[in-house]
Amino acid sequence: MSAGPTAELESLFGDYPLDHAFDEMRSPAGDIRQHYCALAETLARLPHDELQRRKQSADISFLTQGITFTVYGRDEGTERIFPYDLLPRLITAAEWERIERGLTQRITALNHFLRDIYSDARILNEKVVPKELVYSCRQFRRPMRGLQVPRNVYIAVIGSDLLRLNSGEFVVLEDNLRVPSGVSYMLTNRRVMKRTFPELFHNYGVRPIERYPQLLLATLRSLAPEGRPEPNIVLLTPGVFNSAYFEHTFLARQMGIDLVEGRDLVTHDNIVYMRTTDGLKRVDVIYRRVDDDFADPLVFRPDSILGCAGLFNAYRAGNVTVTNAFGTGVADDKALYAYVPRIIRYYLDEDPILPNVETFLLTEDKERKHVLANLDKLVVKAVGESGGYGMLIGPHSTAAQREEFARRIEANPRNYIAQPTLDFSRAPCLIGDRLEPRHVDLRPYILFGDKVSIVPGGLTRVALEKGSLVVNSSQGGGSKDTWVLQG
Amino acid sequence: MQGALAPEVKAPTESAVAVSFEIRVRENATMLSRVADSLYWMSRYLERAENTARQLDVTMSLMLDAGNASAETRWQRFVAALGNPPDLEWSGDLDEMARRIVFDSSNHASVVYCVNGARENARQIREEISTEQWQRLNRLFHHIHSPEAQHQARVSMSDVLASILDGIHLFKGVSDTTMIHGQGWQFIRLGRYLERSYSTATLLEVFEPDLTQLSGLEWAGHEQARLEQTGQEQSGQELAGQEQARQEQSGFRFLEQVGLLRCCTAFEAYCQVYTADIDADRILEFLLLNRDFPHAIRYCVESTLHAIDSIQRTGGRRPPEELRASIGRLHAQLGFTTVGEILSGDAAAFLHSIRKQCMSIHEQIYRHYIQYSIQSALTV
Repeated sequence: MSAGPTAELESLFGDYPLDHAFDEMRSPAGDIRQHYCALAETLARLPHDELQRRKQSADISFLTQGITFTVYGRDEGTERIFPYDLLPRLITAAEWERIERGLTQRITALNHFLRDIYSDARILNEKVVPKELVYSCRQFRRPMRGLQVPRNVYIAVIGSDLLRLNSGEFVVLEDNLRVPSGVSYMLTNRRVMKRTFPELFHNYGVRPIERYPQLLLATLRSLAPEGRPEPNIVLLTPGVFNSAYFEHTFLARQMGIDLVEGRDLVTHDNIVYMRTTDGLKRVDVIYRRVDDDFADPLVFRPDSILGCAGLFNAYRAGNVTVTNAFGTGVADDKALYAYVPRIIRYYLDEDPILPNVETFLLTEDKERKHVLANLDKLVVKAVGESGGYGMLIGPHSTAAQREEFARRIEANPRNYIAQPTLDFSRAPCLIGDRLEPRHVDLRPYILFGDKVSIVPGGLTRVALEKGSLVVNSSQGGGSKDTWVLQG
Repeated sequence: MQGALAPEVKAPTESAVAVSFEIRVRENATMLSRVADSLYWMSRYLERAENTARQLDVTMSLMLDAGNASAETRWQRFVAALGNPPDLEWSGDLDEMARRIVFDSSNHASVVYCVNGARENARQIREEISTEQWQRLNRLFHHIHSPEAQHQARVSMSDVLASILDGIHLFKGVSDTTMIHGQGWQFIRLGRYLERSYSTATLLEVFEPDLTQLSGLEWAGHEQARLEQTGQEQSGQELAGQEQARQEQSGFRFLEQVGLLRCCTAFEAYCQVYTADIDADRILEFLLLNRDFPHAIRYCVESTLHAIDSIQRTGGRRPPEELRASIGRLHAQLGFTTVGEILSGDAAAFLHSIRKQCMSIHEQIYRHYIQYSIQSALTV
């Protein structure tokens, strides 16, 4: 049943704008999409103060659980509550089926790619991907050449960012193959939402995501070095000042494994140990949430104190599994991104199920000229950055910012890419006592051990500021619970 | 009665037993050295905050009575009992001094500094402590930093101190009821009792001259002897005046001694053991050698020993012989002596040696559990 909004809904909607951007809840004509009808009816039925009461009780729940993240560059109040929106984002079974297939295909191909470039480099020799692009990438780790990675799994924990375009089609905006974060928000959002809308949740038939920590643990266990049937698995965190520290403690607690810092680890004879009150205890699998650069001062940045000296040699010797592997960042480089469809075709001989966003490589003269002439319409991103840092959003920029970026691009074209400003989809959010549409993306979490597995859901990130296109938590974004519906 | 109240106990069914075998148990209960260190310091800092807050409260209430000690002397004694931290010279303004020792986070002896330290340690091991513990500690932290606490301090510092002490007691309560009584909990106890042994010994050392030089009736004789030595002629009126002064003196002395007991929350417990007959020897005996009172040094040392033994039982590969010997020695010293023996010897030196031994025990805990060399760990 697809129906026009009732009087109660009208008052909730107010002057809810609908334009060319895809609205998750309403068709361009203003009708409620079928799978959103039950949600709309519930909202319309709830007395106004009841909705606010539930909002408050959810707020308190987040507060007391201490679900926070850290904002860099500010002295005070560095712990913030992660903002969230009360209304779930719904994804139909058919939509999810396509996402799941698409991501499985993409991750499988990217893993092949990593294995290839760190061994025979066939894809480079056959000139499907230009050599210069890979070897000039700051994330390419020469020490990984020829190293045998357990089960040939380079990327075990992935979070890819998807957007939905005007056509309603999902596209991949980027693959996070290094240390993707946010999965704890996916899990805690769900916990709070179940308490906030119990009947609605039950009636919708939402697919469960709660076993993610268990799946993650099983994935890590499956990658343990041979001959270690009861592996000691740890989570390596940079420490309490890292923006995702809450998530690290959350996952360690959920999996029942030790949360270690670099200073807890020592290596001896190429074996990694952790210091316990009962002496040294061997470590078999490290789920690291520390960037490559900081993981081992003997191999990577020598000034790092977050890692463990000798870790890489122990890894090379096969005495410890570190996941994700080092050097996986080369495959989520924003310039290499443009080649992912070709990578999928090359290794799997299949067409990509989930398309890419059109991307201009600034190392190509023709494309660079086009970009520099159209800076006010495009989004420019630094290839090595993530979290929304180092970005120019053309339509929202000043002339001075554009000049600055033009200069930077000319100086180092390999360091930037450009993409059209995307009109990605919007979902209704509870802002004050009204529904207002806000831009959303979707980050599903993919695990790759014995096989690729994806819990049906993910983190829907919301640009909570009106009109904003930036969903990163470090830049004022929030999140929503994501309900993948049963077929 | 018992039969009626006891619930019926069901024997475990077959399937329940079968399931329990499949659950993976972490192979042993040892913990990361860094985590043990944080738990230990979280606990020490809170104990220190509690100690400082209570001693300040007692000192401020003693200052209400004139007595023969000036406010400055009392303040100096209070600061000495904290181990003479810097930047606490008497300024003449008690309220300002009190605010400094409670709220000045740049002063390492302040209550707020200790609470910050405890919370920072807890934050780094958030996954190891229970949610209740974290919330209690967080609440205490936010309370002491709140403008309301500042405001309340201007009205009544005593209320602020009471609310801080409440917060700490609540934290200890939930620690005991919500945490697994494994190694982590034992490290919390270790920190608590070592800190308490040390601070009680410091406090007694500061009060020791008052306690041992004059006790009860001796004081009158002493005064008489002093007067005779100076060879003064005394009129009847003067004698009556002295008698009154002496009465008053002993009244103040009583207050001082009760104050010492209250610094260790020991007044009521003392009365239960010795009645309200306050006597210097007995105070010393009670605070040093009592086996059952949780603030007495002997009790604290015994608890420290128990904590080490429990940690050893759950870990077990590396016996802490040297450490155990050190604690055992101190424990035996306190267990096989009398207050008479202590007083007839050098009491000050005895108290001082307790402090030194506590410090050495702390260092050995570090060497054994936290900062051991790789070589020493590999050879076991």
